[in-house]
Amino acid sequence: MSISNSATLSMPVGGLYHRRRIVNKVALSLALGAAGFGLFWLVAILWTLLYNGLSAINLPLFTENTPPPGGEGGLLNAIFGSVIMTTVATLVGTPIGIMAGTYLAEFGRNGKLAEVVRFINDVLLSAPSIMIGLFVYELMVVRMGHFSAWAGAIALAVIVIPVVVRTTEDMLKLVPNSLREAAAALGAPQWKMITMVAYRAARNGMITGVLLAIARISGETAPLLFTALNNQFWSADMNAPMANLPVVIFQYAMSPYEDWRQLAWGGALLITVTILLLNIGARLLAGLGTTRK
Amino acid sequence: MTEIALALTDQASTARRARNQRLQDAVFRNATLAFALLVLLILGGVTVSLIDGALPALRTFGFGFVTAEVWNPVSENFGALAPIYGTLVTSIIAMAVGIPVSFGIALFITEMCPAWLKRPLGVAIELLAGIPSIIYGIWGLFVFAPFMQSTIQPFLIATLGQIPGIGNLFMGPPYGIGVLTAGLILGIMVLPFITSITRDVFETVPPMVRESAYGLGATTWEVVWNVVLPYTRTGVVGGVMLGLGRALGETMAVTFVIGNAHRISSSIMAPGTTISASIANEFTEAVGDVYTSSLVALGLILFVITFAVLSIAKLMLLRLQRKAGV
Amino acid sequence: MDANSPADSSRQMPPHAFSGPSGHHASVGPSHDRPIAGAGLPEKISVRNLDFFYDGYRALKSVTLPLYDRHVTAFIGPSGCGKSTLLRILNRMYDLYPKQVATGEVLLDGVNILSPKQDLNLLRARVGMVFQKPTPFPMSIYDNIAFGVRLYEKLSRADMDERVEFSLRRAALWDEVKDKLRQNGMSLSGGQQQRLCIARAIAVKPSVLLLDEPTSALDPISTAKCEELIDELRSDYCIAIVTHNMQQAARISNFTAFMYLGELIEFGNTEEIFTNPAKEKTSEYITGRFG
Repeated sequence: MSISNSATLSMPVGGLYHRRRIVNKVALSLALGAAGFGLFWLVAILWTLLYNGLSAINLPLFTENTPPPGGEGGLLNAIFGSVIMTTVATLVGTPIGIMAGTYLAEFGRNGKLAEVVRFINDVLLSAPSIMIGLFVYELMVVRMGHFSAWAGAIALAVIVIPVVVRTTEDMLKLVPNSLREAAAALGAPQWKMITMVAYRAARNGMITGVLLAIARISGETAPLLFTALNNQFWSADMNAPMANLPVVIFQYAMSPYEDWRQLAWGGALLITVTILLLNIGARLLAGLGTTRK
Repeated sequence: MTEIALALTDQASTARRARNQRLQDAVFRNATLAFALLVLLILGGVTVSLIDGALPALRTFGFGFVTAEVWNPVSENFGALAPIYGTLVTSIIAMAVGIPVSFGIALFITEMCPAWLKRPLGVAIELLAGIPSIIYGIWGLFVFAPFMQSTIQPFLIATLGQIPGIGNLFMGPPYGIGVLTAGLILGIMVLPFITSITRDVFETVPPMVRESAYGLGATTWEVVWNVVLPYTRTGVVGGVMLGLGRALGETMAVTFVIGNAHRISSSIMAPGTTISASIANEFTEAVGDVYTSSLVALGLILFVITFAVLSIAKLMLLRLQRKAGV
Repeated sequence: MDANSPADSSRQMPPHAFSGPSGHHASVGPSHDRPIAGAGLPEKISVRNLDFFYDGYRALKSVTLPLYDRHVTAFIGPSGCGKSTLLRILNRMYDLYPKQVATGEVLLDGVNILSPKQDLNLLRARVGMVFQKPTPFPMSIYDNIAFGVRLYEKLSRADMDERVEFSLRRAALWDEVKDKLRQNGMSLSGGQQQRLCIARAIAVKPSVLLLDEPTSALDPISTAKCEELIDELRSDYCIAIVTHNMQQAARISNFTAFMYLGELIEFGNTEEIFTNPAKEKTSEYITGRFG
């Protein structure tokens, strides 16, 4: 069987090489199969989402509040609640994350404390979000005596913080030291060097991090289940339970009513599209930052 | 010894300004430090609040809480064994599906696919990793569970279910929902996650190392199996552990399709529950301190498990980073 | 370290580097007895017995030399000889990094700037620095200049405009950028960026300028412009320049210091160093036999 090989290769090749080639073929075919298999399911999920979601998207979805069982309605109050809580969470979480990230990149660096904070932050980054929900429940809901949009927003903020800490540190570390030296050489104190020079140089990357954090919390359901709860009606009161897309989707999808399930699909598509857009935006922005340097 | 001061402006105002700047520097520095400490405080807060909330249940049931299967809200008798079992089994199924398939996709992207497809595919995988778990959950409920019920489960019962021994795992009526379905959905959910880490890690292998292996006449598979994988082993394991951490703590992808039954069945097709699904399903409806506290105690157990898994993952990835040399 | 022992001091301050009639260099004696190159000129900076350690490694060995006001001093020597290190001590840039220690004295107008009590920001506002590569800040050309000024002076809008124009004119950049002051500083060419950095350093009105291989990243035309600029700035500042380019050192400096392996081998008038170096090592280096 080595004859055919020897015809093209002027060295003795035995059955060993033949076996190696077969092993290679089989392994690569399996990899190809696995890739096809995995991608098939992921595409299938997106396709059903698009198929079911698009038929649920119509004007009332954006103009009417969530209906009672069997009634008609939309997701207006849920969209509003999600936007409000996401906004508050971002406004609370971003500055905290940026400051902590600044400490890691500019002051703590390789110190013991920075190492510990970095480690804990990474654990928080991938900690199950339902635990964050339990934490804020104990922290706020139990003390206030009722569910509230504030609690929901704080739970989401706790998820924002580690994301922003991580990206802020990574992006500040990319700022060349020569820029810091140049600012110091002018007599700039450290805080001015950081806020006026390093932040500016790292701006795109830091905004990317915030966008990614927003994308992350827009789909989070578990931390809202027992903090913001849900509200069938329009409410702009941060001290009361507030409707929000993920929890509405959860409740409506689990319900036996066809109208509610339709709304759940519509909401799911809305969330997914929002998150994809945020991710793509973040990616483009990050790309801008790298090509300019 | 006096200090050098600016010659051009009057000395007093310059000195004042310098003093202010020193003060501002100290304020800024300490402010960033305070927020860095806040990160520690959050984890500390999570720990303390979970322990505090779990205390009534742990006091009532003692260590038996972890080993009891019973879950009876009426008689207020609770045990965590069924959710712990469900959490572990769904995660094992998820990893059994997720690891080989992710590895296959990563191998395909880094070594096999044409250059023009590399980037789009990599980006697509990363975008998919950002899709929230509730989407997987609702897809599982409406599409995958019916499919399991009508096609896969009858097939499994007819084939594997007939084999003595492991047949027990595939017995019972095809409900559609259940531990197996939840595990498979989790497996699909962690795919993009593990894939993108594995791909990143594969790309840390210096081109020279890869090329010298090819240069010896190694096949693609041999390069991956004998050079790339050993070189990146800790990183790949770290990525898998991160995926495992996700699967263990995942709530929404599971809650829809697990069936929320607090019992341990011999069949993986029967309904079951996981820690996070139990909390999500029952927390707002729980009445009485012991019930609520038992759910928080479940959360505490989940916290301990995931903290351990995530720490190991993190340490392994750190080790790879050190090896890659910064 | 022991600067008072004759052997040591003759190493750091070789007798041949002394100025004066050329016939005198046959006599050898303790260095402090003799006038050194440029003696009589006002010393802006006096470096005395300076040692420097990177995490325990001794990178500078008992360096002593003067930097004269309104003159250009060039530092030459092979890579790693400590010339950039020396420059970065003069504005204590090394303080940004841990485990770096300088011992000895560096007197700026008679005040030891190595004193731990020295306010670094004030020191650096007086000692400007320009780096190997242009370091424009990610902001407009105007703000690049105004950034440093705003740190220590509250100027009215008109005064600031004036200061920006003054600095840009001084850096020979005004005509090229006067119509696009609001553009990002990074949009300029490399040579323009470097002149912007020089303008930025001048704007805070320092009395010393440290130039760390300022033209190493520039094309020949930009280099010529920068050299011209340095020549003009000489009349107002005490300038120290590190350069790898010996023609550049010969062209623009009044005094030259040759360093090797962390030691100052020779310091003297530029003309003398390049035409009649006292030390074998110096002559080997400037004739290109090593380095």
